[in-house]
Amino acid sequence: MTIIEVEDLIVDHGSVRAVDGISFTADSGEVVALLGPNGAGKTSTVEVLEGYRRPSSGSVRVLGLDPVDDHARLMPAIGVMLQSGGVYSGIRPPEALALFAAFYEDPADPDELLEQVGLGHRRRSTWRQLSGGEQQRLSLALALVGRPQVAFLDEPASGVDVQGRQLIRTIIRDLATDGTSVLVTTHDLDEAERVADRVVIIDRGRLVASGTPRDLMSTDAVREIRFGAPPRIDTSSLGDLLGSTVTETAPGEYLVAAEPSPANVACLTAWLAEHDLPLADLRAGRQRLEDVFLRLTSATEPSASEGAEHSEVRAGIRHRPRVRRSR
Amino acid sequence: MTSTRRAAPGHRAWLAQTRVELTLTIRNGEAVLLTFLIPTLMLIFFSLVDVLPTGSDEPVQFLFPGVVALAVMSTSMVATAIATGFERQLGVLKRLGSTPLSRGQLLAAKTTSIAAVEAAQILVLTLIAVALGFDFSNSQALPALAAALLASIAFAGIGLILAGSLRALTTLAAANGLYLVLLLLSGMVIPLDKLPEPVSKLSRLLPAGALAEAIHGALGSESIPGQAWVVLSVWALVAPLAAARLFRWE
Repeated sequence: MTIIEVEDLIVDHGSVRAVDGISFTADSGEVVALLGPNGAGKTSTVEVLEGYRRPSSGSVRVLGLDPVDDHARLMPAIGVMLQSGGVYSGIRPPEALALFAAFYEDPADPDELLEQVGLGHRRRSTWRQLSGGEQQRLSLALALVGRPQVAFLDEPASGVDVQGRQLIRTIIRDLATDGTSVLVTTHDLDEAERVADRVVIIDRGRLVASGTPRDLMSTDAVREIRFGAPPRIDTSSLGDLLGSTVTETAPGEYLVAAEPSPANVACLTAWLAEHDLPLADLRAGRQRLEDVFLRLTSATEPSASEGAEHSEVRAGIRHRPRVRRSR
Repeated sequence: MTSTRRAAPGHRAWLAQTRVELTLTIRNGEAVLLTFLIPTLMLIFFSLVDVLPTGSDEPVQFLFPGVVALAVMSTSMVATAIATGFERQLGVLKRLGSTPLSRGQLLAAKTTSIAAVEAAQILVLTLIAVALGFDFSNSQALPALAAALLASIAFAGIGLILAGSLRALTTLAAANGLYLVLLLLSGMVIPLDKLPEPVSKLSRLLPAGALAEAIHGALGSESIPGQAWVVLSVWALVAPLAAARLFRWE
């Protein structure tokens, strides 16, 4: 059953077009990740769904309601986690939860929720005394205390440590199991891949791809081999050997534009062995969501002004493979 | 598929919000200093140490009405401006905007909270005034309360104009600056007729000066000038309307 409907959404902030014709849906019990670099239009999209602003054009429906016109009817059914803050600096977690619980007819038990997000031991602390990760978890609890049918979580895992991330993922999965639709925004590919049933990738306000993580990572259209090795290897000599181009996409990250066939892979590894080079990782066939993302979002080069933000995000993304390899 | 969740009954949200507003005010040291400590200390100190040109043998006869006016101003304008300014900057107001709490309920809760703090201030100050020997024989409670009510509405409007248009720290500075200036120049602790004429004339047109005049009149023997009622009423109408128009939620 469709819970969230976004159709040809356009959002302008003054003369800047933040969202440029995005359409997607989310069903009940489905976790949809809105994935994109900073400035892609994720928050603008979510804020339209939360009723904070009207679309400049296009339409959105949440539970069949218009978020602005049917504000009073919709609010009891949604839970919102803003990108940051939104809580009184001097309030204690149980007080904040009790307050928000009092807004809903049939809320969850604040005490239970506090334990669930792992803040049972922080009852006496005020918001400003909590760590960034603890604040995020309290924010999440506040979004859920009304037992929402739809939860909008804007970057829920940002600034959260590894255990906290695990906890948040578990909570999101449990919500979906109970039939709640969850829309998560993230610029973290790993997070999207792990938590979402469906990923909607947006970049510079446009939808670039959507589907299940599995679909997006499938090999069909992809004829490439990616591997990691020391930076600045002799790509032209390797390319000659393979009969295709080899590019260093980031220091130590290589892309071979060749069929991921066993023969080509054997050829590649033999060349590395011959030059006594270690192989950090190798992906022939199955892509990571990250590869899809980079391929899709780099299709058109960003203009100079947008470029800074993009390259920054990509640099962040490229740090991650090292973590993966050690797993 | 539609929403199957409902908002809590209105009074429950209002009560919970009021409780939080009050809890946070009491927990905020600066707010307590401003709303309770300063008026109380001024009343006690200047009643016992006769250094202000209060124009009466018993300074408390002039000071008690004055600090009541000061207390009303500090709560409804200064404390409201500062608290709301930070709530706005920290995204609290935005966050509340996506809950079933309506603007009306939030406003009702803030109003209740201001009224409760003012009631407590007036109670404390009255008890101290009794202890200091204030003569209540010519006092009329009703006009004093009416003036306090009108002034609170006007001051809250001004506080919200500051909070809704300036950054939180600017609001903090502006509200405290305004507090100090109005404390000295609106006839609360220093009689208006001791001030230069242009200042006292201007003061009578501002809500602080009009409030001080009205409360001095109601609690003392003087009558309340009609102009004070007009000034208070106009500010009580205009300031909230301007606040509603000028307030930026983010």
